[in-house]
Amino acid sequence: MNRPNSRRSAYRRQMDRWFHAIFLGAVGLAVAALGLLLWQVLKDGLSHLDWQFLTSYASRRWQQAGIMAPLAGSFYVMGLTALFALPLGLAAAIHLEFYAKENWFNRLIQTNIANLAGVPSIVYGLFGLAIFVRYLGFDRSILSASLTMAFLILPVVIVNTQEALRTVPQTIIQGAYAMGATKWQVIRTVVLPAAMGGIMTGAILALSRALGETAPLITVGAWVFLTYLPVSPLDGFTVLPIQIWYWSGMPQAEFQSLAASAIIVLLIVLLTMNSVAIVLRNKYQRKAEW
Amino acid sequence: MKRFLMTGAALTALLMLATACGGTGTTQPSDSNTTTPAPKLSGEIKVDGSSTVGPISIAVAEEFMKVNKDVKVSVGISGTSGGFKKWVKGETDINDSSRKIKESEVEEAKKLGIEALELPVAYDGITVVVSKENDFVQCITTAELKKIWDKDSTVKTWKDVNPAWPAEELKLYGPGTDSGTFEYFTEHINGKALQSRSNYTASEDDNTLVKGVTGSKHAMGYFGYAYYVENAAKLKALQVDAGKGCVAPNDETISGLTYPIARLIYIHPSKKALERPEVKEFVTFYLKNAATLAKEVGYTPLSSKQYEEALAKVK
Repeated sequence: MNRPNSRRSAYRRQMDRWFHAIFLGAVGLAVAALGLLLWQVLKDGLSHLDWQFLTSYASRRWQQAGIMAPLAGSFYVMGLTALFALPLGLAAAIHLEFYAKENWFNRLIQTNIANLAGVPSIVYGLFGLAIFVRYLGFDRSILSASLTMAFLILPVVIVNTQEALRTVPQTIIQGAYAMGATKWQVIRTVVLPAAMGGIMTGAILALSRALGETAPLITVGAWVFLTYLPVSPLDGFTVLPIQIWYWSGMPQAEFQSLAASAIIVLLIVLLTMNSVAIVLRNKYQRKAEW
Repeated sequence: MKRFLMTGAALTALLMLATACGGTGTTQPSDSNTTTPAPKLSGEIKVDGSSTVGPISIAVAEEFMKVNKDVKVSVGISGTSGGFKKWVKGETDINDSSRKIKESEVEEAKKLGIEALELPVAYDGITVVVSKENDFVQCITTAELKKIWDKDSTVKTWKDVNPAWPAEELKLYGPGTDSGTFEYFTEHINGKALQSRSNYTASEDDNTLVKGVTGSKHAMGYFGYAYYVENAAKLKALQVDAGKGCVAPNDETISGLTYPIARLIYIHPSKKALERPEVKEFVTFYLKNAATLAKEVGYTPLSSKQYEEALAKVK
């Protein structure tokens, strides 16, 4: 090895170390910020977190205030949102991937779906207020909130599902066709089982996003003080992020720590959903062996 | 295929469970059906509007529902104007308002045969605050406030306002343009509603303003009295002089309206809604208990005579 070469390789190694340090620093910064946030929330919120907090309604007295209505509301709204958005999103993705012809119209639809995924959520709130609350007359209800949330996550669900469908190798699909299967048979028996892990991971992540939304639901008309549990989809609603938003704006410091307690509950729900997504993905990845 | 169906079924079951949780939980607050004597009122009352008035309405609703267990009162905080947009369409029964109803809102409501009753429920004093470390200013005149906050204000340092004050940069914190506090302050200090300088740190969240002013020796901000009371250990409220001497904000000066930037806050029930017995009872209960409950959540109550006058309007 001659000298200039070895010098160059020393330089390259040096650069390698530098970039390694930069990337490590980036990860460290992100983790530190997250850790600080968690520590702050846990420090403020953990002391109020008990059974009474989970099973009480809102109150002007922080000692008696709880999150029963917003917690139930969050579950109810998410359940209906999933019911509306997931089948519709799955069907739309299958259509776009397997049935839609390659022409300008379908390309336009595809581009629009991608763009819709980036529209600010407050716009969906205004849409929900105009269409579901006013025009269709669903009022400020669970149903209006769920439909608004369903429209909000629909583009994300469609795009995620399409991505998942594309991961199924063409060789397998062509093989199935070669056996004489129809298109629907191929989708049903080959593509969907193989892509299901990815589809559900995407769906759960989309629902997690909806779970944390505040702005569109304020527009649709969430209450901040609700003392009954919703039964009918036409009942009024409130959700966890709304309660957190309200409490964190109160003058009394005690309410701000109640907000931290509610954040912990929201984080637990979110982490549970994300863990389910990971478990599902691992389960299906192991099964899908070509 | 089977696996796909099973997963689908499992997912649906999970969702059903989540939905059912919302449903079955209804039976849990079992104390709702214990002995309720006297008038059996039921129904739903919808209150929306100002975030300033909201805490009083929530306190009243909470106490009201202890007596009338079959009435559901829900409170939202869409802001005074946001609330009125729903109220004029008959979507809510009562609007919480940090100002009087506007002529345009009266007209809009008339189209659907909705008429407002304007009932004052408490006072709110807008408090001008500086940091606890600020030792050179105790009192400020309304003219000086106008000089600082008006549109096209050229004030950059404290010295620009008053030569006796230091040439330190004046950092300003105030509410955003959607706030009723902003509307009132600009109207009474700057002379025209919504006319204000825009190069200051604005936030709809008063706690952000509290933090901003606390953190810097030369900052100034303004917001509702309730937020000052909760943070009195960290902030200094300035006395305000409107030509009749310096007045500090407190319960007496605010309710006597001797403090120059104090205002009434209201509820606006619609007359149509008041025909329903539960709404009428709620509004009556509101005015009878506002004195104690408003004080509890940080506001200055009206005189008992004022509450009686308001009650007479309801009957």
